[in-house]
Amino acid sequence: MFRYYLKLGALSIRANPALSALMVAAIAIGIGACMTIFTIQHMMGSNPIPHKSEQLRHVQMDSWSDANPYNGGANPPIQLTYTDARNLLAAEQAVRQIATFKSGRIVEPEDPDELPYTISGRATSKDFFAMFDVPFKYGSAWDAAADLSEEFVAVISEPLNERMFGGEDSTGKRVTMNGDTFRIVGVLDTWSPVVKFYDLNNNAHEPVEDIFFPFSTAMANEYGNDGNTNCWKPPEGGDRAAFLNSECIWIQFWVEIPNQAAETEYMNYLDAYVEQQKELGRFPRPLDNRLPDVEEWMILNEVVDDDVSVLLGLAVLFLIVCLLNTIGLLLAKVMRRTKDISLRRALGASKASLFGQYIIEAGMIGVAGGLLGIGTTWLGLLGIRNLFNRFDFVEKLTVMDWQMTALAIALAVVSALAAALYPTWRACQVTPASQLRIQ
Amino acid sequence: MLKMTDVSKIYRTDTVETHALREFSLTVDEGEFVSVTGPSGSGKTTFLNIAGLLEEMTSGTYELDGRDISKLNDRERSRVRNEKIGFIFQSFNLIPELNIFDNVDVPLRYRGLNAAERKRRIEESLDMVGLASRLKHQPAQLSGGQQQRVAIARALAGEPRFLLADEPTGNLDTHMADSVLDLLSEINSNGVTIIMVTHELTLADRAKRNIFVRDGQVTDAAPEFLRAANG
Repeated sequence: MFRYYLKLGALSIRANPALSALMVAAIAIGIGACMTIFTIQHMMGSNPIPHKSEQLRHVQMDSWSDANPYNGGANPPIQLTYTDARNLLAAEQAVRQIATFKSGRIVEPEDPDELPYTISGRATSKDFFAMFDVPFKYGSAWDAAADLSEEFVAVISEPLNERMFGGEDSTGKRVTMNGDTFRIVGVLDTWSPVVKFYDLNNNAHEPVEDIFFPFSTAMANEYGNDGNTNCWKPPEGGDRAAFLNSECIWIQFWVEIPNQAAETEYMNYLDAYVEQQKELGRFPRPLDNRLPDVEEWMILNEVVDDDVSVLLGLAVLFLIVCLLNTIGLLLAKVMRRTKDISLRRALGASKASLFGQYIIEAGMIGVAGGLLGIGTTWLGLLGIRNLFNRFDFVEKLTVMDWQMTALAIALAVVSALAAALYPTWRACQVTPASQLRIQ
Repeated sequence: MLKMTDVSKIYRTDTVETHALREFSLTVDEGEFVSVTGPSGSGKTTFLNIAGLLEEMTSGTYELDGRDISKLNDRERSRVRNEKIGFIFQSFNLIPELNIFDNVDVPLRYRGLNAAERKRRIEESLDMVGLASRLKHQPAQLSGGQQQRVAIARALAGEPRFLLADEPTGNLDTHMADSVLDLLSEINSNGVTIIMVTHELTLADRAKRNIFVRDGQVTDAAPEFLRAANG
């Protein structure tokens, strides 16, 4: 009967083209509005490294004030002090570990006619690239020796390589920034995680940095931090050494934990480390070490903006309004077809048969609405992209992946079926004899 | 056999109660051709609707082939309608967007027959009414008489035990009406029980037994005014 109902649905749609088109349009517009916002929310919160996000853990330790706990005591600070980052890095207790912070640089071009320009930079350890599966176009990451000996080596991004060297293999070439000349050891391939998960302090959706260099080199040469710095008490002195020895947090610290046993082992190490620090007069708060994985880290940092959730709520309301219109249109259609319903009942159709027939017809309208809804969603995303084209990250958020495409169709079908329930029920209530004598 | 005993049907609104049938009793044996006549509003069509399970009665008992109909649920009533009863309506009631083949196919679809069996029945029934060559025509491409023949073919395709006809010639001219009645007589001669509602006594006389209905009850003979009205 399913194929028969499909045939009847197609005939009915063809027999009422205007009404059917209105229903498809109402669903498509509602789906378009809903899916546009939902796609943005989905992309904002999507897992940027799903295949190993559970193995990547951000280290949190509660080094904050006992009198004024960080975030009211709800969770430990989201960055580490330099003292702790240095100690954890040196301990090498995880399979891989990195200490990292953002540090912008000014490039001094070799061509004297070209003006210096600012680029974004990141101080980190060699493990950064292997931990986060960063793709390389040319060369590779620097080695452990470079980290140890504070070498001036760097990995540059594809756009910077394009800008400086026309996209050619630039490994072995030099780039001078703020007076320091770095040797390029690697050039990244296209790497554009939707969420810049490894540093959520500022804009979670901004592009990855233009250049990466050793953490040790940045520390030895006193590179500044472009990210957030928070202190619960001022440094004991005004110089850099005092700042580095202070309780100010400004460094992100990630470890790679391959399994549960390794997690337990690393957590034991952290606990022991904090107990040791307590004996030195630090860590006044109760023991509270955490190792959130990438997704937990994104939730903790509220990567998805609350405004987007509000917008999504409004879009859902709009979809409901569209569905109410669809219900009205379906009712009108059913009322126009009472004679057909009555006749089919007389010829042996049960209420269940009619229900099946009308629900399948509604499902067909839903599929059509969903397909058109993909188009309206695409238009909506295009509109947002054009409206906010001054922000680089918007392009990443306005991409409709296969999940969103499938969801658009599924949502349209479910919406159409939900909208069809009442009109279909009304159709089933038409008594067989009611319309058959109409001349 | 169709047997109704003390069947009543009351239509109720907030303010009005209309008794369409009052203690209506009738037995129709297998193979009969019965006409039901009566003035407008006498309850003829209500009787036919209840007999065809298109409406539920208010009280009384109704047995069809020895089965108490009042105890059936919607699915069972639909099945009885589909398997035992064929309908012919005054206004033909063909589905305009379906061609002739598909119109006749409608009750067979609800029967759940396979495609080959449906095709055989459709072609046989359309052949019987002389429209085998019009399978792919749309209803609008046929005359009134041909449309009624399609409706008869649709009723026959299900191989029903009972054929219920409500003013089957009401929308046809005399010539076409005669040909439809000839067809009904032929169908009856093949063993199908026919109950035909009509207000024309000349047509009713083509049946083997005439039933007269007035004020929702069966009366013994056609009232004079009805005969006078029919000339």
